[in-house]
Amino acid sequence: MPQELLRIEAKKPGGNWTDPAVQFRKGVFCYSAAAKNVRALDLPNPRDWQPFDADWKLPPDWKRILLEGMKERLEKYRSFRLFMDICVRCGACADKCHFYVGSGDPKNMPVVRAELMRSVYRRYFTLTGRIFGRLAGGRELTEDIVKEWFYYFYQCTECRRCSVFCPYGIDTAEITMIGRELLNLIGCNTNWVLEPAANCFRTGNHLGIQPHGFKDSLEFAADELEEITGIRVDVPINRKGAEILFVMPSADYFAEPHYYTLLGYMMLFHEIGLDFTFSAFASEGGNFGLFSSHELMKRLNAKVYEEAKRLGVKWILGGECGHMWRVLHQYMDTMNGPADFLEEPVSPITGTKFENARSTRMVHICEFTADLIHSGKLRLDASRNDRWRVTYHDSCNPARSMGLLEEPRYIIRNACHRFFEMPENTIREQTFCCGSGAGLGTDENLEMRLRGGFPRANAVKYVQEKHGVNLLACICAIDKATLPTLLEYWAPGVEVGGVHELLGNALVMRGEKPRTTDLRGEPLSAEVTHA
Amino acid sequence: MQVVYSFGAVGAVMVAAAAGLVIGGSAWIAVVAYAGFAVFLAGFCYRVVQWAAAPVPFRVPTTCGQQTSLPWIKSAALENPSTTSGVLGRMGLEILLFRSLFRNSQAGLHEKRLILSEQKYLWLAALAFHWSMLVILVRHLRLFVEPVPALVVALARIDGFFQLGAPDFYVSDMVLACALAYLLLRRFRDPVVRYISQFSDYFALLALIGIAASGLSMRYVTRVDVVAVKQFALGLAAFHPVRPAALGAMFAVHLTLISVLAAYIPFSKLMHMGGVFLSPTRNLANNNRAKRHVNPWNYPVKTHSYAEWEDDFRAKLKAADIPLEADHATRASAD
Ligand code: SF4
Ligand code: SF4
Repeated sequence: MPQELLRIEAKKPGGNWTDPAVQFRKGVFCYSAAAKNVRALDLPNPRDWQPFDADWKLPPDWKRILLEGMKERLEKYRSFRLFMDICVRCGACADKCHFYVGSGDPKNMPVVRAELMRSVYRRYFTLTGRIFGRLAGGRELTEDIVKEWFYYFYQCTECRRCSVFCPYGIDTAEITMIGRELLNLIGCNTNWVLEPAANCFRTGNHLGIQPHGFKDSLEFAADELEEITGIRVDVPINRKGAEILFVMPSADYFAEPHYYTLLGYMMLFHEIGLDFTFSAFASEGGNFGLFSSHELMKRLNAKVYEEAKRLGVKWILGGECGHMWRVLHQYMDTMNGPADFLEEPVSPITGTKFENARSTRMVHICEFTADLIHSGKLRLDASRNDRWRVTYHDSCNPARSMGLLEEPRYIIRNACHRFFEMPENTIREQTFCCGSGAGLGTDENLEMRLRGGFPRANAVKYVQEKHGVNLLACICAIDKATLPTLLEYWAPGVEVGGVHELLGNALVMRGEKPRTTDLRGEPLSAEVTHA
Repeated sequence: MQVVYSFGAVGAVMVAAAAGLVIGGSAWIAVVAYAGFAVFLAGFCYRVVQWAAAPVPFRVPTTCGQQTSLPWIKSAALENPSTTSGVLGRMGLEILLFRSLFRNSQAGLHEKRLILSEQKYLWLAALAFHWSMLVILVRHLRLFVEPVPALVVALARIDGFFQLGAPDFYVSDMVLACALAYLLLRRFRDPVVRYISQFSDYFALLALIGIAASGLSMRYVTRVDVVAVKQFALGLAAFHPVRPAALGAMFAVHLTLISVLAAYIPFSKLMHMGGVFLSPTRNLANNNRAKRHVNPWNYPVKTHSYAEWEDDFRAKLKAADIPLEADHATRASAD
């Protein structure tokens, strides 16, 4: 990375978007999927290629495959057909995309990203387009357009911010998802999406951690907790007959700062005496299939219900992860339900019925914990988080595909003293993406990630300067993986942590030894220890 | 270029209107009006049926507020509805007041800082345009129905409230003209909007402006013979076109542009008038986890089952002392 900060400039859009030429410059695109990963998932056209190659080695009938794929999806998805038809190009969505703001590339305006597909739709699937071609806004499908699609559909984090502002709710993420699905039909996919997906298919999780590794990792966490709290917590794995199956993103047990969130979950479950189990098979709640195709999403998601059924649990609890919850909330029940072998979720501690999850039978950890706090079941010492001045980043999916806004805030307010919101139009449903979601979080794409993450970071910097914020709390594994890099670059001095890390710090456990450090091993200030 | 073509297209329609009038007289206008209306009706229905025929496989509302979860957390009933009445409310706000457009802001960069400022003009102009057009359309009913419905009379009276000039000056005319002018200027002047604008965008606006201009001039300048117009319109509506006294070129232009625009609707983005009702990110309740949504084409997929997984990792599972399904089976048979 250059030492100097990236120049983010407001440029007047120039040129004509109908020209498909793109340049695969280092730092702004993701590498192709390795053939072995494509093969592992039985997807079409495994081969060695890279986006910057002149020849993409497409199958000979690629054009037919794409057009037939489009036709099929136009008939299967009302959203797709409608969004192809009704955009009035009012431009309301244009500057709502963090990639447009950060890159200044006019083709990153959501409306233009969609037009890349729409123009081909018009040319082949509408009467005026077939007759008048370019005059009716049509474009001939060429190999250059395939490259352009690849470039721009993997430069959208499917964050849905544009959809909030569109008068018709046109969701460019939906178009991107279909676009990627089409590209997958001819073998144009990225390794950062397909490798985790292939791992997940085989081992159960994105990181490819095998069952013994899974267990080691959790045992290690238990050891660490014993050191911090003096309490030995249980690590039940694949335990039949548990009441609740707990599913989390794999980064929680293998990456930092996710790991401290895992410690928080484990402390909480021990303290309330939850009858639960982890699963080494359903060892991933996240779902990189979402970033590839609806079918792959369904294939990877199937294990959650399958495992719940096998273990005979009553219901499922899910950890902190953004895109995981997009799938669990909006797709799982439809794809792999009905979950009639489970029971309607009831908190065994408070007796609260989670009415909002009575069909899917899966509850978000923040809903679960907020209920515990509200019912007075937890003793929290917020001063143990006094070294943090906290702000909260709404992750795109929980915000715009669920509306999980207050629960995490409620937990934070109870677990720490100093909480500051970022400006109104950058949080809640208007939250800015981390710039690395939807499978773009790889290092070869770093420049584009930093550009796309600029609006988010800019708002963080604002509260850093105004309120001295030094911790960005969030409930998303991709955020936790990628925001540290982003903030180090744009707002150095602000760290990233999970909501249940803060909870774990504050949680007063029965029989614990006096705490001298927080979950990160940092010493607690003297007054706190003695208080 | 797109602008030039659009001007050309609208101009051509106008010339054709005048020429048609000279050659075919008012019979020509009747033919054009019927044809335009027929294409509109058939095309509009076709498109809506085509949308409606496509299933909604997943429930994917864009949520713009707090979900309904725990009883003590106040949910956003309209921004993130979980009930049908909430959805109706949300759709009502979208369709009648353009709720989402009202959120609009403008991103600007000032010394490496991103500033998001209020930007309500687009919302205001869009709302002004659509509502004034609705008022004008309703007012036009007095030309097609006899006796004129009381509602239409009342509306015209309110609209002409200021009673300036003769005939009464209508507020809606003024609002429509200003809104259209703003929307067109915006397409020309805002570099972002100019970049995304296409033939269809300019054509629709220019045709509307042509319609408005010819209508205004008939009312305020050339003073068309309203009685004759009404006679003609009633005839059209009754499928009994009468041959009226000369209505003038302006009338021919007005009606022809309307007919052409109506016929153009089903082939263009103007279908948003129907589509807005069907948008799955807006018209579905966010009750995903409470009520199962069924995908009519859901199909079985290839997964990696637990049994296969256990087979793959049996030795490692054993070594790590993680319970196996096989063990359960033996234990069960031993019991
Ligand atoms: S806001 Fe909606 S209608 Fe307007 S340009 Fe964007 S996608 Fe099209
Ligand atoms: S979904 Fe997000 S990343 Fe994609 S176009 Fe819309 S605003 Fe941009």
